[in-house]
Amino acid sequence: MRDVVVIGAGPAGLAAAVAAATAGLDVALIDAGRRPGGQFYRHHAAETGRLHHDWDAFVRLRDALDRLTYLPGHRVWHVEDGFTVHALAGDRDERPVRIDARAVVVATGAHDRSLPFPGWDLPGVLTAGGAQALLKGDRVPAGKRIVVAGTGPFLLPVATGLARAGATVAGVFEANRPYGFARHVARHPGKAREGAGYAALLARHRIPYRTGHAVVAAHGDDRIEAVTVARLDRDWAPVRERVIACDTVAVGYGFTPQLEIPLQLGCATRMDADGSLIVAVDVTQRTSVPGVYAAGETTGVGGAQLSLVEGELAGLAVAEAAGGVAPDPADVQRLLARRRRLRAFAGAMHAAYPVRPGWMDRLRDDTLVCRCEEVTRGRLAEAAELGATDPRSAKLLSRAGMGWCQGRVCGYATAWLAAGVCGRLPGADDLRGIARRPLAQPLRLGDLATDDQP
Amino acid sequence: MVIVGGGVVGAACAYYAARAGLTVTVVERGAVAGGTTGAGEGNLLVSDKEPGPELDLAVLSSARWAELAAEDGLGAAVEYEPKGGLVVAETEEGAAGLAGLAARQRASGVEAVEVPAAELTGYEPHLAPDLAGGMFYPQDAQVQPMLAAAHLLRASGAEVRTGVTVTGMSRSGARVTGVRTDRGDLAAGAVVNAAGTWGGEVAALAGVNVPILPRRGFILVTEPLPPLIRHKVYAAEYVANVASDDEGLESSAVVEGTPAGTILIGATRERVGFDRTLSTAALRRLARQAIRLFPVLADVAAIRAYCGFRPYCPDHLPVIGPDPRAEGLLHACGHEGAGIGLAAATGHLIAQSLTGARPDFDLHPFRPDRFPEQP
Amino acid sequence: MSQIVFEGRPVPFHPGQSIGAALTAAGIRSWRTTRSGGRPRGLYCGIGVCFDCLITVNGRPSLRACMVEAREGDVVEGGGRDA
Ligand SMILES: Cc1cc2nc3c(=O)[nH]c(=O)nc-3n(C[C@H](O)[C@H](O)[C@H](O)COP(=O)(O)OP(=O)(O)OC[C@H]3O[C@@H](n4cnc5c(N)ncnc54)[C@H](O)[C@@H]3O)c2cc1C
Ligand code: FES
Repeated sequence: MRDVVVIGAGPAGLAAAVAAATAGLDVALIDAGRRPGGQFYRHHAAETGRLHHDWDAFVRLRDALDRLTYLPGHRVWHVEDGFTVHALAGDRDERPVRIDARAVVVATGAHDRSLPFPGWDLPGVLTAGGAQALLKGDRVPAGKRIVVAGTGPFLLPVATGLARAGATVAGVFEANRPYGFARHVARHPGKAREGAGYAALLARHRIPYRTGHAVVAAHGDDRIEAVTVARLDRDWAPVRERVIACDTVAVGYGFTPQLEIPLQLGCATRMDADGSLIVAVDVTQRTSVPGVYAAGETTGVGGAQLSLVEGELAGLAVAEAAGGVAPDPADVQRLLARRRRLRAFAGAMHAAYPVRPGWMDRLRDDTLVCRCEEVTRGRLAEAAELGATDPRSAKLLSRAGMGWCQGRVCGYATAWLAAGVCGRLPGADDLRGIARRPLAQPLRLGDLATDDQP
Repeated sequence: MVIVGGGVVGAACAYYAARAGLTVTVVERGAVAGGTTGAGEGNLLVSDKEPGPELDLAVLSSARWAELAAEDGLGAAVEYEPKGGLVVAETEEGAAGLAGLAARQRASGVEAVEVPAAELTGYEPHLAPDLAGGMFYPQDAQVQPMLAAAHLLRASGAEVRTGVTVTGMSRSGARVTGVRTDRGDLAAGAVVNAAGTWGGEVAALAGVNVPILPRRGFILVTEPLPPLIRHKVYAAEYVANVASDDEGLESSAVVEGTPAGTILIGATRERVGFDRTLSTAALRRLARQAIRLFPVLADVAAIRAYCGFRPYCPDHLPVIGPDPRAEGLLHACGHEGAGIGLAAATGHLIAQSLTGARPDFDLHPFRPDRFPEQP
Repeated sequence: MSQIVFEGRPVPFHPGQSIGAALTAAGIRSWRTTRSGGRPRGLYCGIGVCFDCLITVNGRPSLRACMVEAREGDVVEGGGRDA
C-alpha cells in the first residue's frame, strides 16, 4: 500500500508526484506514455529541449523521479475506491497490474476537442495535438503542405513547429477574432515573449495567419488533397469560401479533459468557461471524494504552467494530509498567487476563443459525426425525431459514441447537436450523460478474467 | 389516458392502447428509453423461465413481438432477430437437468430441441469442445431495446412528453383522474404506471403499496468483430441464477453477437440499491464465464461496460393490471430482467383491460394488491 | 537504419518512434478501412484516444499504431480484428 498514486506524468502529475515524494511520501507515478512529460513535454528519445518552452522546469522534475516509483507504459482502466488502481503494462504484450494506495492524484490531462466537417475522416486530417505529438515525440512532420485550423493559441506552436521542421504551412485559420486577448497576454511577460516568438516565426516562414476563418470541408478520395476555407461571421456561419491545396490539416477547437477516473470514483464535476466538463476542486486541489485530488487540465484547461502549479499544490496537500513534512507557508502563498494569476489568464483565453454555433452549418446529412460507428448527422437527426433530446439518448438511439473511442472524439459535437434539437446549448448534465466510462481503456477479456496482483 | 414512463413497457402500452382507439399521452421524466430500457440487453427469452405465469406471459409476448416485427413492419427498425437461444450444460447432470426443464416447458408451448454434445459446434463453431450437451430454443429472439421503445412510441402516435416528472395524482374521491407534474396537471380517464424500477414511487403517489426494488446488472461489450457467435448462448446455471433470492453477486454470462459487430456479455445480478460504482469482481466473473463458453474470447478486447437496475418484486413476478385500491390506476411494472421480452404482452393486456375486453390471459398472478400492506 | 515490415514492404524507423510515426514518415497515410463504409483511416488524434489507427503487430490485433513503439523486424498489418 503506497501513500499516493499519481495518475498521469504530464506537468501536473510530475509536479504532484515530486512534491509528495520530496515531503517523504511513498509515491507511485503511473502513465500510459513511454516517456514522462505528457502532451506538453512530449519528447523524442534523444531530446535536448530545443523545441520546448520551460524545458528546465521539466528537467528538474525528471531528475527527481528517482525519489519515487515511476511506471511508464501503464494504461489505467479502472480505479476503485479505497484505492485500487487497475492498469495494463506494456504496449503490445500487455500484463494486468494493480497498485494500492491511500490517496490518488488525478492528472490525466486532456485531448483535442474535435468539431466535425465534411471530409474530416479523410487520411491526412489530424488533430492539432496529434500533429504536435508526432513532431515532438517522433520528430515526424505530419505532412508536407499543411493547413492549421481551429481555435485557440495552441494553433501557433503547432504551425511554427511544423514550419521549423521543414513543412510548408499553407495558413493558420483561427475561427475567432481574439483582438481583446492581446491585452491579457501583455500582462504576463512570459506569455508575451512566447507570443512574440510565434509572431516572428510566422513572419519568417511567411505563414498567413487569418482570424475569423475556418476549414469547413476537406476534399480528396483516399487522402486529403485540398480544403475549403471560409470566412466566418460572428456566429461562425461561413460567408465566403476558397479552396486551398494541401496534403494535411491539423485542426483543434480547444481541449476536452479526460475525466474517466474521477467519474469512476464519483468526483463532482462542473462546467468550465470553455464549455468542457471538469472536476470540481477546492483550494488545495481536493475533489469531492476524500483522498482524491485533481490537478492540471482535468480541473480546467489552462496550460502547462498552471498545471505545474496545481500539481505542486496537490502534492503538498496530499503530503500534509498524510502527515508528511508540512510545506513552507510562504511557498504555498507564492503558489496560490501564481495559480490565481494563471487561472485568470485561462479564463480570459476561454472568453476569447469560444466555440460558436455556426460550426454546425458545415455539416451535411452525410457528414460523419461519429467516426468509429460511422454515424452521420442525418442519422442523429433521425434519432432526434425518435425522441433523443439529450446526448445520452442520442447515443443510445444512433450508436454515436458506442464504438472504439467510446465518444471521446464525437461526444462534444453530439452534445451540441442533441441539445440543439431543443434549442439549447449543451450543459453540464448533457456532458455528464456521455462522460462515464467504467472501462477507461479497452482490455482483453483474458486479462480481465485474471486477478491482477498488487 | 396517461402513461407514466417512456421505457419499453410504457411504449408497448402506448402502442397497443392507441391501436385500440385510445388517446394516449406518455409522460417521461428523462428521455425516451432513458431508464432501465437503455441499460438492458434486448433478449426476448422463453428458454430461461420455469413453467408458471411468467413463462405463459413470455410465450404470449414472443408471439406478439414476432407479429410486431412482421405484420406491423417494425422488424428492421427495432433490429428484431429471431436467432434462437442455445443453452449449454457443462456436466452430464446439467444436461439431464436441461432435458427435464425443457420437457416441462414444452407443456407451456415452448419449442426446445435437444442438441447432443457432438452437434454443439454445428450450432456454434467456437464453443468450448468439452461441453456435455445443450438445448436449442428457436423462439428466443432479440431486439435493440432503445430502438424498440422509441419506434413503438412513434408508431403509437401518442403524445410523448419527455423531461416531465409526475409528482402526484389528481383524485376525485378514491378515483385517480389524472397526474400532477412539474409542468402542470394532466387529466386522464386512466393512468398507467409504467415507471419500471421507480414504479413503487409512482404507486406511492396514489397511496398504494407496490414493492419494487432495484437489482443491479452489469454488461460487458467487446470490440467489433466479424460474425463469431450466431445465437444467444448461455450456461444452464443461468436459470437458477435468475430465480435466485440471493443478495450477493450472481452471474451467468449470456453471450451473443449484435448487428454492430460487438459481442454482448451479460449480465450479473446483485442487490446493492442504486449504486453505479463498477464492480470489478462482477466484470471478472462475466469475463471468465464468457471465456469458459467461447475460449476465443480470451483474446478479444472489452471496450465498454454499463449497468442498469432491474425492477423486481419479492416474488419475481411483474405487476400488471388495474389496481382495485385506486380506481383509474393501472400498473405495468416490475418486470425484473425480462421487461423487454415481456413488454409486448404487457402492453397488449393493459390495452385489453382499458377497453374492457376480456384479457387473453388471467392477470390474477400479477395483481397489484398481492403484497402485504406495509406496516 | 532499423526496419519494420508493413504489408510485405520494408519501412524504416528511428529507435523510439511509434509504428504510426514510421508509417507517416514513409508517406503511408492510411492502413485500415472502416467496417461499414470501407473508408480508409490512419492517424487522427495521435495520442491513443480515437482508435482510428488500429494495426496488427506480429499477429497481435487491435493495437494503436500511435502508441506502439516500433521494434526491429515487427510485422505490421493494417486494421484490427474486424478488418
Ligand atoms: C443489465 C440488464 C440486462 C437486461 N437484459 C434484459 C434482456 O436481455 N431482456 C429483457 O427482456 N430484459 C432485460 N433487462 C430488463 C429490462 O431492461 C427491464 O425489465 C425493462 O427495461 C423495464 O422496462 P420499463 O419500461 O418497465 O422500465 P424503464 O425502462 O426503466 O422505464 C421506466 C421509465 O419511467 C420513468 N419514470 C419513473 N418515475 C417517473 C415519474 N415520477 N415521472 C415521469 N417518469 C418517470 C423513468 O425515467 C423511466 O424512463 C435487463 C436489465 C438490466 C439491468
Ligand atoms: S491516432 Fe488516435 S488512437 Fe492512434
